[in-house]
Amino acid sequence: MVGEGLTTSEEGEEESPIPPSYRHHRRNSSSAVAASCDGFPKHSHVRHPSGADTERLAASQRELAESDSRLVFLGDPGLSDPRFEMPRNSIRTAKYSLIIFLPRNIFEQFRRLAYVYFLVIAVLNQLPQIAVFGRGASILPLAFVLLVTAVKDAYEDWRRHRSDRIENNRAASVCDPHSGRFFSKRWKEVRVGEVVKVLANEGIPCDMVLLATSDPTGVAYVQTINLDGESNLKTRYAKQETMIHPPGEDHPVDPAGFIRCEQPNRNIYGFLGNMEVDGKRVSLGPANIILRGCELKNTAWVIGVAVYTGSETKVMLNSSGASSKRSRLETQMNRETLLLSAILIALCLVMAICNGIWLGNHSDDLELAQFFRKRDYSDRDDKDENYNYYGLGMQVFFTFLMSVIVFQIMIPISLYISMEFVRLGQAYFMIRDANLYDESSNSRFQCRALNINEDLGQIKHVFSDKTGTLTENKMEFQCASIRGVDYSGGTSLRENGEEHCIVAASNQILKPKMSVKTDPELVRLLRNKGESEQGKQAREFFLALACCNTIVPLVVDTSDPKQKLIDYQGESPDEQALVYASASYGFVLIERTSGHIIIDVLGNKQRYDVLGLHQFDSDRKRMSVIVCCPDKTIKLFVKGADNSMFGVIQNKVDLCMIDATKANLHAYSSLGLRTLVVGMRELSRKEFEEWQSVYENASTSLMGRGKLLRAIASNIEKGLLILGASGIEDKLQEGVPEAIASMRQAGIKVWVLTGDKQETAISIGFSCKLLTSQMTQIVINSQSRESCRKSLQDAIAMYKKFAAISPDPFENILTGIVSTRVPMALIIDGTSLVFILETELEEDLFKVATVCDVVLCCRVAPLQKAGIVALIKNRSDDMTLAIGDGANDVSMIQMADVGIGISGQEGRQAVMASDFAMGQFRFLVPLLLVHGHWNYQRMAYMILYNFYKNAVFVFILFWYVLYTAYTLTTAITEWSSALYSAVYTTLPTIVVGILDKDLSRKTLMKYPQLYRAGQRDERYSLKLFILIMTDAVWQSVAVFYIPYLVYRQSTIDGSSIGDLWTLAVVVLVNIHLAMDVRRWNWITHAAIWGCIVATAICVIIIDCISTLPGYWAIFKIMGTGLFWLCLLGITVAGMLPHFSAKVLKEYLMPSDVQIVREMDKFWRIAATTSEIQNE
Amino acid sequence: MNPTGDSTPETDGATERRKKSKKPNYSRFTQQELPACKPLLTPTIVISTFILIGVLFIPIGLASLSASGNVVEIVYRYDIDCIPQQSQDDKLAFIQSSLTNKTCTTTFNVPKNMKAPVHIYYELDNFYQNHRRYVKSRNDKQLRSKAYELETTNCAPEATTPDGSPIVPCGLIAWSLFNDTYSFATQSKVIEVNKKNIAWQSDKDHKFGSDVYPKNFQQGGLIGGAKLNESIPLSEQEDLIVWMRTAALPQFRKLYGRIERDLAANEQISVTIENNYNTYSFEGEKRLVLSTTSWIGGKNGFLGVAYLTIGSLCIFLAVAFIVLYLLKPRTLGDPSYLSWNRNPDGH
Repeated sequence: MVGEGLTTSEEGEEESPIPPSYRHHRRNSSSAVAASCDGFPKHSHVRHPSGADTERLAASQRELAESDSRLVFLGDPGLSDPRFEMPRNSIRTAKYSLIIFLPRNIFEQFRRLAYVYFLVIAVLNQLPQIAVFGRGASILPLAFVLLVTAVKDAYEDWRRHRSDRIENNRAASVCDPHSGRFFSKRWKEVRVGEVVKVLANEGIPCDMVLLATSDPTGVAYVQTINLDGESNLKTRYAKQETMIHPPGEDHPVDPAGFIRCEQPNRNIYGFLGNMEVDGKRVSLGPANIILRGCELKNTAWVIGVAVYTGSETKVMLNSSGASSKRSRLETQMNRETLLLSAILIALCLVMAICNGIWLGNHSDDLELAQFFRKRDYSDRDDKDENYNYYGLGMQVFFTFLMSVIVFQIMIPISLYISMEFVRLGQAYFMIRDANLYDESSNSRFQCRALNINEDLGQIKHVFSDKTGTLTENKMEFQCASIRGVDYSGGTSLRENGEEHCIVAASNQILKPKMSVKTDPELVRLLRNKGESEQGKQAREFFLALACCNTIVPLVVDTSDPKQKLIDYQGESPDEQALVYASASYGFVLIERTSGHIIIDVLGNKQRYDVLGLHQFDSDRKRMSVIVCCPDKTIKLFVKGADNSMFGVIQNKVDLCMIDATKANLHAYSSLGLRTLVVGMRELSRKEFEEWQSVYENASTSLMGRGKLLRAIASNIEKGLLILGASGIEDKLQEGVPEAIASMRQAGIKVWVLTGDKQETAISIGFSCKLLTSQMTQIVINSQSRESCRKSLQDAIAMYKKFAAISPDPFENILTGIVSTRVPMALIIDGTSLVFILETELEEDLFKVATVCDVVLCCRVAPLQKAGIVALIKNRSDDMTLAIGDGANDVSMIQMADVGIGISGQEGRQAVMASDFAMGQFRFLVPLLLVHGHWNYQRMAYMILYNFYKNAVFVFILFWYVLYTAYTLTTAITEWSSALYSAVYTTLPTIVVGILDKDLSRKTLMKYPQLYRAGQRDERYSLKLFILIMTDAVWQSVAVFYIPYLVYRQSTIDGSSIGDLWTLAVVVLVNIHLAMDVRRWNWITHAAIWGCIVATAICVIIIDCISTLPGYWAIFKIMGTGLFWLCLLGITVAGMLPHFSAKVLKEYLMPSDVQIVREMDKFWRIAATTSEIQNE
Repeated sequence: MNPTGDSTPETDGATERRKKSKKPNYSRFTQQELPACKPLLTPTIVISTFILIGVLFIPIGLASLSASGNVVEIVYRYDIDCIPQQSQDDKLAFIQSSLTNKTCTTTFNVPKNMKAPVHIYYELDNFYQNHRRYVKSRNDKQLRSKAYELETTNCAPEATTPDGSPIVPCGLIAWSLFNDTYSFATQSKVIEVNKKNIAWQSDKDHKFGSDVYPKNFQQGGLIGGAKLNESIPLSEQEDLIVWMRTAALPQFRKLYGRIERDLAANEQISVTIENNYNTYSFEGEKRLVLSTTSWIGGKNGFLGVAYLTIGSLCIFLAVAFIVLYLLKPRTLGDPSYLSWNRNPDGH
């Protein structure tokens, strides 16, 4: 009997290597998304990989067509499929090599429009007819920018080269196919087809199919933390066919063996293939492959054959760059850039037309005028030859082009480069912020996208995932309902004074790594040997919890040699919680092999043979296991979601008990607990044998295996006795309610999108203070389009009713001011969303959703999450932010304007797709309210200031050109023109853009309302642009005309007055900046005043070059009092309007930021009292 | 969950964990908490700034006005007067002809005492010395050293003679050197004009070589202006050096020389002008200027007026702001002005 059971189980194992993918529905859907998001269309239709994998596996026999498969010959890399070139195992994350660095880097850089503009201008300038600047000065800005970027890229690439080298030179143990001996080889030399041995705790060099493992049943455990961030151990299996003769000393690799598998792809959860060894054909699935980037754990060794190497490994195919989004400020900035281009073209046209008119008026004079000399007299053969004159039309055209060159910095190209520096600096401070560091996961804030920092200051909608984002995704068993009796009075074991220790051999103590609070009543019931029905069922309940799972217990050493800990590893946190709970109640799972498990039942070690396991799938929503108990009875344990379980209970049941259980379940889910129902059935021998034969058949069948297995499972899972139900708490993360309250004060709407049940979602909503009891709940929970339409119309009617009471709430929502009214909450489920999204009902939903304070979407599929984000994004200008941790949040993270990944329990896919990643939900508050606010304020000011400072300079050039017969001469030396935006004025803007703070962190956290400044676009708008441009015109007039009028009719030469203009404009724009700086620290001082000094030094150096016409001019003019009086007069006259306007604005129309700044400075006490009043 | 078993490995790995921790090190810089000054524009600061500027600017304005007023300046436009009556219709032919007598004489009265040195300038108007074609047409290397004599880049159309030998100094600027001359006398007694040191010393020392002699200069088909003495090195051709510091604006003055003695009020000075320079082809104007100097340079009232205007505007603004602060007092930092306190919201 036992023997029979064992063989059966082994056979079952042989034929059906079960991919351990019991997961709750969200996990399943998450993998499906991972597949579709990875852009691997082949699997995008897969909704439930656990079931579908096996199906695909079976189908793969046929599906794997010659054309899209590769052949790998065991142990013989030379023979492997000649149709495809297979790379060596060396990886290359570096972009450049020494030789191609220069051309490739330059090419990459010129893909940006800004650089092309630079280049076009520089090329134009090389034409002899329109050469405005000398060669050097015209190429300087471009060369500078290219050089800086190239140096940065080269440094980054060098670091990548270094890490590649380390990775490629690691040692792997490779089998020589002839002798069968293993020898050491470097990773980069491993080739497809080679047989590789990996020892425990070693990294896996390439993607390989398992041939053998140290475990006799062929199990191997791998840790995939580097691949998907999940720290749990995953189980992988070697095929029995290959297990028999592991390649090695005594058994060389079978030269006839080969593997046919699919072409390399990005799907880390999928693999299709089959293998022929010893004349037998075996199918291969994702459970038979171990991937590069994983680490072998808990297994002494494995032997595998390399199938994908180097750049074709799944980990390399998955390493993609950060997403490229554009910040809203940058988009708005482009509008102003277009305006500036229009101004530039207008200036150039004015220049060209004036030049034409001037030439026309003076056409008779120009032949003799000494300064023009139109006719070339040097060539005596042809008296009519003109010197450098191409007719009026061409002269006008050339003038136009020349003006473009001279006025080029009207378009502030340097701004794009400064912005990158500023974002880099801002990212540095965000990463270094100690408040964004998560102690528990030891993770810092990550900036993955570098171009949307300032968007963080303008968010209006936050879309949050629930599990793992609002909650910790650390499941904790809270209460159990057994036979309708609720046991939830848990106390910690330590308080009880007893601990469950299992004494193992040689006096060693084994205990679970974590213990759970236990209910003393329940413990007493379990300990009581009396055969009360309740006690018996309670024991069965915990036995079911201990058996019915895919958890692998690992024994971990501690510092105390006598004590060992059992660490339960598994893919589902819910299962872990249940097994820890059953251990705390005395049912300790100690060992799992493929055929049996050992459970310590209240002190007695008992062996249960696992005869069959029906995996979880989202159609059945339950899993089951068939075990042979020590007393030779055969039991079926089932656990699953309540609605699926109550459908398969036995007919003659105690209805009272069922009702009580249902009531308990309802109570649990209203507390926000995740519930599972556990049931069992004792199988008769006949029943078991029937099942066994069909199960064996199904497991060995090649076609539609998954479907068959599912049918068998449904067939056996019926007539169940309900043992009870469990309630697992998914704890709220620290500070979530406070964070949500702050965000709401800041005018940010928080929407929660979850895959959970409606009740669970609502209860979580209450516990994180998203929902309050005063709120009117609008629940849309419909099964058809018509009922959806009706619910929406009812909801619209309802808010209109409220709107009639308080004036125009819709308008108020748009302006961000919420008036006193009944707050409303919309709760909608995924089924209804199916009928609403992407139909005409969307508009109605948008209307309802925007007037509601809170929106809760439950039971939503990953793609629906993105649909909801798109609903807001497409219909309003509001900035959206999505935050989530799981692969099911990827689509929403990519859809939103800002995507944030929580680097927590679940995989790294959310983080990989995100723009920013952090450890905790509550960090959102400092991130948005503090860094977002600062970044927005800084960036907005910096953009406007850069427009202004370049415009001032251009207008000065323009005014001067009016007095040079419109010929684009500049009094300011060409070197100063080239250096102006690069050196003279850039550093202060970058420093201010990185360091200026309008308000302190404390104040911003205290008054979340200040965040609305960003939502209202307070610091950047067309109006502000026009104002600052007007100021630029005035200041350029002051800079140009004061010296002009002072030096008119004097002996002043061009270079001297040019130097005066250069210094005056630099001083003026820096004083302008200084006047707007809100926080002066030593770096700001150094940058602003240093820049003025640096400019003076540059001007002096330029005037020390004796081959330039302006030699010594600066010394001459600086020696006169007139120069200094001009400088002072220009500065004061230039700043007077800005200063007066600023004072008036701050005094008469103070912004919130301004008032709080004043409060900070003068009214600390008053601020606290007003706060009391507010509350 | 209750980490019962964790206590031992926790303490064990504590040191290691601390080493591995990625927690950002605290520094005032990385936490953006550097000590800083947060200036605010309070009424006191605003009003005192305006008053300070006013108080500073008005005296400066007055001082520059008086300095400018003390400068004595005699300006005489001679380009039309110096053309004989019969040639007025065709001034260009007159000036281009080598046969006409271009000497003309005039007298003027010294209005006030002029203290030595009295600067003699010529002023040209409508002459675009900053014209792009013109201003670039020079070669500073050639001017500087004999070694670069052949260097005539940028000098076209006055770069080389037709046979290809370089013109020294090359370029339009040198070619168009001003060539009117003036001599002054009072009661038939000649007034010395000192033409030494009219150029910048730095130009003479470093920009114009002492070993560079004029060569092939002004021998082309069109005479632009003055000829140069080929035996004097460029560093001593001060008129050329002055001319080659091109003016910033189309109306400009250039120093011609100095009279090293005082001119008494009402003194009659007769000037003999050699009117050679052709400004008639482009409607240019020529003036002779005698002027004393002060610390603000020549006669120019603009700076004083500007300072007075700015100064008084600031005083006015100071008063205006005082009135504003009195009429519309606002307590700085009064929280009741905050937008969310003005429009109390629902929560």
